[in-house]
Amino acid sequence: MTTSQPVATNKIVDLKDVFRPSKSLGQEAWSRLIRNKASVAGMFIVGFFIFLAIFASVISPKDPLALNAGKRFLPPPFDQGITNIKSEPDHLLGTDSLGRDVLSRVIYGARVSMVVGFLPTAIILLVGTTIGMISGYIGGRVDNVLMRITDVIYAFPDLLFFIIVMVALRDTFIGQFMNGLVLLFAALAIVNWVGVARLIRGQVLSLKQKEFVEAARCIGVKDTRIMFRHILPNSLGPLIVSAAFQIPGLIITEAILGYLGVGLRPSTDSTDFFITSWGALMLDGQTAINAQPYLLLAPAICVALIVLAFTFLGDGLRDALDPRMRGTQ
Amino acid sequence: MTTYLIRRLFWLIPVLITVSAVTFIIMRSAPGGPWDTDPERRQVDAATAKSLAAFYGLDKPMWRQFYAYVIGDTNSQTHKYVCGLLCGNLGPSYRQRGRTVQDILFAAPEGKTRWQSRFGYSVRLGVMALLMAVFIGIPIGIIAALKQNTFVDYIALFLATSGISVPSFVLAIFLIIIFGAKLHWIDIIVDDWSEIRYWFMPMIVLGFGTMAFTARLTRSAMLEVLRQDYVRTARAKGLAERVVVLRHMLKNALIPVITILGPALAGLVTGSFIIETMFSFPGMGRAYVQAIGQRDYSLIMGTTVVYALLVAVANLSVDIVYVFIDPRIRLEE
Repeated sequence: MTTSQPVATNKIVDLKDVFRPSKSLGQEAWSRLIRNKASVAGMFIVGFFIFLAIFASVISPKDPLALNAGKRFLPPPFDQGITNIKSEPDHLLGTDSLGRDVLSRVIYGARVSMVVGFLPTAIILLVGTTIGMISGYIGGRVDNVLMRITDVIYAFPDLLFFIIVMVALRDTFIGQFMNGLVLLFAALAIVNWVGVARLIRGQVLSLKQKEFVEAARCIGVKDTRIMFRHILPNSLGPLIVSAAFQIPGLIITEAILGYLGVGLRPSTDSTDFFITSWGALMLDGQTAINAQPYLLLAPAICVALIVLAFTFLGDGLRDALDPRMRGTQ
Repeated sequence: MTTYLIRRLFWLIPVLITVSAVTFIIMRSAPGGPWDTDPERRQVDAATAKSLAAFYGLDKPMWRQFYAYVIGDTNSQTHKYVCGLLCGNLGPSYRQRGRTVQDILFAAPEGKTRWQSRFGYSVRLGVMALLMAVFIGIPIGIIAALKQNTFVDYIALFLATSGISVPSFVLAIFLIIIFGAKLHWIDIIVDDWSEIRYWFMPMIVLGFGTMAFTARLTRSAMLEVLRQDYVRTARAKGLAERVVVLRHMLKNALIPVITILGPALAGLVTGSFIIETMFSFPGMGRAYVQAIGQRDYSLIMGTTVVYALLVAVANLSVDIVYVFIDPRIRLEE
């Protein structure tokens, strides 16, 4: 690879520096993202929580369901607090009202938050992109009807909708399925595809006018191919950014619903994959705020951390994928 | 302009009807009658349940019930015509016997002013939080923009980003634990909300996110204006810096900020139910959460409709306010 150095003078510019190997858009964006310290930190935190979620059963020091009647509300070893109960070194964050280890429960809670963050987002992106593309590309009456539907859904106070759905359908078959997680996914997806659909529709409308689409149409490329090969890849940037901001929103929603007692039902069955959620833990902690504040504090810190991490990652992604937008928002 | 306004106002009707229809269908599809708190067991005997159902019109077909809810219907027991949602009647509460939903939400207790109703409490808290957001958020945004890429700017940006992303109830948990449980500076449980000092905590928690958002929006709008030609012209004329910032820059930079105020207020009023519950604040949001716990379907529905109306009106207000404060925008027919 090494070429011969200029012999006569150093002033001659090495052509390699001027014509560096071309990078694809993705590589370009990735190198910009890596340079952003905040988003790298965000990535690490997200990765850490994904790791916790997957390997919860290996990492957690105790069984999150093991009851200890004699060890209720043990304070953590580093903060004795106001209670006279003596802490135990093997319960790092103390125990809850039934003597269960808080740290283990918090680690298991990461599972619910991660799956609630990622799975409905996948559905939302799929549905939103499809409808947005159809609406923007076909236009006319189809567009009108679809956009009026999104208007109505937009007007619905979304948190209230989730609450109503969770309260009303909790005892039906779908509400019982996987401790109510499936119902939660459905409710989240029904409301949130609207934003993605509007975003994609806007993208399609502007891309449709571009020369390369016109050129493709001139040489007789089919509509579906134009949509998937020309328009979709060009709207991928905003889509990825919106996904990065969608995920923390869903995690917060799950925590709020859990905190109100209408989210995932905490399980007592050790064969279940999803034992408890951070929201449900906070609900438990609310009653013992003086005796054992860490039951409330630990999941709250986790929610704050993961949400901040996703926000920094999203900011970094937006700057990386669309450098012109940098610093404007 | 007028036709646009009228069209937008009429558009509210189908939106509200759809919202109430969806809520209605979901609530009615819940297993178990509204009288059973536990759907596994019946707490009310069959005869009572039947006469209760007849009294509230629940024995009629679904569409008829919905029609009665929105338009009105004749009560089969008292034979009196009861007007529905159209007349502002949200129906009787299923749990608080003898009280209607609008009574619970909007009527103040005996001898108190209207502001002491649940709705009044929520609106007051929302307005206070909004004022805090505006009067602290905008100056922070201005200073951060004027000192762009300095230490001050970075601190402001970090605060704004964390303020936007950390949800208010998590912030509430931190503050309650630090100032309530650890330092004992504030009371965790407040009985008497007539004293204003108790309002500060929920106000700060509720308004913090909006404040951060306002600061960030002001900053970005100011940065955009900063490089405009007319600002350079103003400086070249030798105007005082204060005049340039306040008269030339701020006046234009605040346009996007003003437009978010309507939705922000709606968001603060509707989004406060978690904060109200945490601080046991006697507002509309807490009534809603209690209604969920008690399965008071009509109260849940009524509150949802009120919230939806607030959100719809707030969103409408953006478009209208925009036209008035920014002459560059013309509404297309």
